[in-house]
Amino acid sequence: MRDNRQQATETLERSLDSTLDSVDSAEELVVAVAQRAGFDEDDLMKIGMAVRESMVNAVVHGNRYNANKKVRFSVAHHGHRLTIRIADEGEGFDFENLPDPLAPENLMRTSGRGIFLIRSFMDEFEMRRLERGGTEVTLVKYMVSK
Amino acid sequence: MSVKLNTRQVGDVTVVDVAGRITLGEGSSALRDALRDMINKNQKKILLNLGEVNYIDSSGIGELVSGFTTVTNSGGQLKLLNLNKRVKDLLQITKLYTVFDVHDDEAHAVRAFQ
Repeated sequence: MRDNRQQATETLERSLDSTLDSVDSAEELVVAVAQRAGFDEDDLMKIGMAVRESMVNAVVHGNRYNANKKVRFSVAHHGHRLTIRIADEGEGFDFENLPDPLAPENLMRTSGRGIFLIRSFMDEFEMRRLERGGTEVTLVKYMVSK
Repeated sequence: MSVKLNTRQVGDVTVVDVAGRITLGEGSSALRDALRDMINKNQKKILLNLGEVNYIDSSGIGELVSGFTTVTNSGGQLKLLNLNKRVKDLLQITKLYTVFDVHDDEAHAVRAFQ
């Protein structure tokens, strides 16, 4: 019998403050959507972590906790695909030349693993500079039938 | 819940029972402060029991690395105990699992300190 949850769609959009509370909220929101969509526990953990790391980047590195800057956040579930978009209003950065956290010279660094973990946990990950300023990331996870 | 830390002595080894979330903010800074405090008190053998850690993010991993480096550079040793699957997987993905001395038995871990 077809699982009707996998045919459902759900879309949520939020404008979030540049705070660590927003990081928690976004993660909880996405995990709830993903759970309703039918993702398993292992995928829920990976999705939650990827969203957390992306939100931290937006809040801490992009918007620098600036109360006047927002994080635009959306999560959409369509069929087997979960898409999350997170955009900050920061200065932008050179995301095409990020140091490899697995390189021996970087292994013992205390930071720099966030994007690597996002790429590890999600099926697709893109970053782009926004014309009006800031950076937007798109995270995609596909539900695999088991 | 953020993170809760309970410190106890087993011989000359300081065991830190860590519970909760080691994430950016309260969690990671609490761990950082605790390790710094131990180093200042010249506690050279530190065993972090992560058995009750249910969540760690890249900032938390950064604090483990920072703590390891600081303790080692001070002439001490820092080891890990009771990693759950989540923490273990993260350390393996980031190629840090083999950097740390990881144990799943406290008595064995305590004996491993030189």
